[in-house]
Amino acid sequence: MHRSSEVKHLASDFNTRACECFGQPPVQPFESHCPVLTDRTVRVQLKVLKVKDGSVFFIRVKPDRTGVVTDGVKHSMNPFCEIAVEEAVKLKEKKLVKEVVAVSCGPQQVQETIRTALAMGADRGIHVEVSGKDYETLGPLQVSKIFAALAKKEQADLIILGKQAIDDDCNQTGQMTAALLDWPQGTFASEVTLEADKLKVVREIDGGLETIKINLPAVVTADLRLNTPRYATLPNIMKAKKKKITNVKPADLGVDVSSRLEVLKVDEPPQRQSGVKVETVHDLVEKLKEAGRI
Amino acid sequence: MFPACRYSLQARRCVGALKAVQAEHVAPQVCSTRSSSSTLSRITTHYSVYPRDKDPRWEGVEMERFADEADVVIVGGGPAGLSAAIRLKQLASQHEKELRVCVVEKASQIGAHTLSGACLEPTALSELIPDWKERGAPLNTPVTEDKFSILTEKYRIPVPILPGLPMNNHGNYLVRLGHFVRWLGEQAEELGVELYPGYAASEVLFHEDGSVKGIATNDVGIAKDGSPKDVFERGMELHAKVTLFGEGCHGHLAKQLYKQFNLRGNCEPQTYAIGLKELWVIDEKKWCPGRTEHSVGWPLNRNTYGGSFLYHLNEGEPLVALGFVVGLDYTNPYLSPFREFQRWKHHPSIMSTLEGGNRIAYGARALNEGGFQSIPKLTFPGGMLIGCSPGFMNVPKIKGTHTAMKSGMLAAESAFSKITDENLQSETAGLYIPEYEEAFKKSWIWKELYSVRNIRPSFHNYFGLYGGMVYTGIFYWILRGKEPWTLKHNGLDADQLKPAKDCTPIEYPKPDGKISFDLLSSVALSGTNHEHDQPFCPAETQSFSCVYEYVPLETGDGMRLQINAQNCVHCKTCDIKDPSQNINWVVPEGSGGPAYNGM
Repeated sequence: MHRSSEVKHLASDFNTRACECFGQPPVQPFESHCPVLTDRTVRVQLKVLKVKDGSVFFIRVKPDRTGVVTDGVKHSMNPFCEIAVEEAVKLKEKKLVKEVVAVSCGPQQVQETIRTALAMGADRGIHVEVSGKDYETLGPLQVSKIFAALAKKEQADLIILGKQAIDDDCNQTGQMTAALLDWPQGTFASEVTLEADKLKVVREIDGGLETIKINLPAVVTADLRLNTPRYATLPNIMKAKKKKITNVKPADLGVDVSSRLEVLKVDEPPQRQSGVKVETVHDLVEKLKEAGRI
Repeated sequence: MFPACRYSLQARRCVGALKAVQAEHVAPQVCSTRSSSSTLSRITTHYSVYPRDKDPRWEGVEMERFADEADVVIVGGGPAGLSAAIRLKQLASQHEKELRVCVVEKASQIGAHTLSGACLEPTALSELIPDWKERGAPLNTPVTEDKFSILTEKYRIPVPILPGLPMNNHGNYLVRLGHFVRWLGEQAEELGVELYPGYAASEVLFHEDGSVKGIATNDVGIAKDGSPKDVFERGMELHAKVTLFGEGCHGHLAKQLYKQFNLRGNCEPQTYAIGLKELWVIDEKKWCPGRTEHSVGWPLNRNTYGGSFLYHLNEGEPLVALGFVVGLDYTNPYLSPFREFQRWKHHPSIMSTLEGGNRIAYGARALNEGGFQSIPKLTFPGGMLIGCSPGFMNVPKIKGTHTAMKSGMLAAESAFSKITDENLQSETAGLYIPEYEEAFKKSWIWKELYSVRNIRPSFHNYFGLYGGMVYTGIFYWILRGKEPWTLKHNGLDADQLKPAKDCTPIEYPKPDGKISFDLLSSVALSGTNHEHDQPFCPAETQSFSCVYEYVPLETGDGMRLQINAQNCVHCKTCDIKDPSQNINWVVPEGSGGPAYNGM
């Protein structure tokens, strides 16, 4: 499980920090997400994504170069999804929403992640079973389709997702889900307030903060500073065992999970070359000329 | 590893300062600097050193804990703990009884803190789960070749392994113990054991009559300065009729229990070694799955106990597991086990295997060497000790997994009969089960450990390693350990270091980045991580992952101790080897620590 303080350096400059400390930027393998749908009046659907734990810095490319080795590598809930779960649970505690449903797409192992969300306070879980080859190629488009279908089925009013997964950094699922449902979206949310039947969302953008008011039903994606997720304590994990998780197949929702993308090659980043120190500006110019740069 | 010479001198001076300070004050203030007193900073804020009831920041914080009851609680999800859990559930279903068994494990996943060579003797496994092969136990590499050699700086002297010698591995399997433990965890879950990885047992709970009531998991959400954060939550209490402690080598709760129940009154202190391990993917041409190589000698001198292992695993890709073990009773403070390991890899016979390969994992863990002489009392009211925690490793065989598993099974069997006995009249609220110790003494573990009891202590002679090998040849191979005497160990490992001025500094070669590496990059490979903002244990000596370092003071004059607790791989060596014994290793928030994958 990640804690938010780790998320700070993981999320904002994951790649650069890894480069600085360990000399090799991590490979970004592909992983499937699970959007969180949160429902205002009835259900809040949360997306919980199981990703390779961000503290595992050494990821290996598979010998056949089609992806990275995931077997046995420590997995945990995507840090942004934890923040999304926390936000949904907070809304429920303020009695602004009736029910929080946590959803995850993937093989049997994602049930653990759903249980963690249940331990944090979600009411029930939905496990969309996707395994084997389908799971390896599951991407934001398929997941958004699944979510759109679930949102309609469950009559959700609010969908909360993490802004992106830390393994592929796509940052697409939330936006695609909103488009498929034709719902407004409040992405990169650092503050969410419910006002009557509108949602006030403060977004983190390049220039600073942007505040928007959107109608419900809506899609919100959680950014780092939205909240500090609570710990899933042992008594809550034990209680979560009694909460229900329903199993659903993508076919039941009328979603085709085949991918239109083909991964051609996955490579490790090139080894960092050592730099060269020069004494004077003249030497620098000479070196640049030698390298054909000027 | 930081140059041991520079820091050990300062370490000894600081130890002196610390002892003086401790003697003066009732509540010890851990002093980190020796020259500038103005920039004194607290090394630790742990509540065991600074009690919370005297701390104003904790006023009004809800300290009540949620409690739950189980029949048996097992601390530690390793081979011993999981074997005990599996055995309990097997007996329960056999006798049609209901039994609630809970296992708490500090690693985030079962197997993530497991580290071992490992060459597994399948005796205990076959007793526990006879159809392990059909169930897919990851024992994929039977030993096909067994080699033992004495290394000199350039050469390799092969030593024949005659049948009957302890290092004969016929019939054994090379395994990735982390994966094996993970598989055991799956078997346990299938039987209905409640596994809770990511939750560390941090406190032993006692009934009013002094018997063990259960354990409490650690509190979460405490800041580095010892104050409660917004997300502070109390740990949970798990009460049980009997609690099994299987924390592995030098467990921190076991340390407490030894004192509480005086379990070590009649045995020698435990002695230890440090094991460092790496996993490499090598060139396919050099890969011989099933080959088991052990060596002694270079780079250690004859009076420093230790040696190496190199196992070729058959797990789909050309993988080798290799490592180095150094006895923690070494006397030279300049010795760095990590650097000896890196140096050993440059030996021509080892380099030929590793050249062209890639290192993919690193880890370290202390292991027991005390054997028979150091076995404490195993059972006390409300609890029992299993596995490497009391310590059942067969040192010359360098195998402890099979004995750990068997001890877990024996504990489970004795506990089961007591718990399900309806007519039981127990004197204490927590069950006292002396039957475990009796069963243990009648078992093959006892016989095995007795027969090899004198091999390790036989190294304490002028000829060191060679004297020990001669002793093994005569008394073990010929006489099977039946000699009537029992040699003693040398005392606590922490007392063995000689003053730096009496020892010669060792010049270690710089790591070349291809075969040998520095400590920081090795730690990165262990995947270790902890929540930054939490208190840590008070400490003062070396670590195998850059935890303790002396950094220059900002004022420029003198050095201060900096603890990078985030780098800790939970090897426990600091607690063992620290000459002043002022390090008390305590669990961090659960699920922190290394993220080993099949180590």
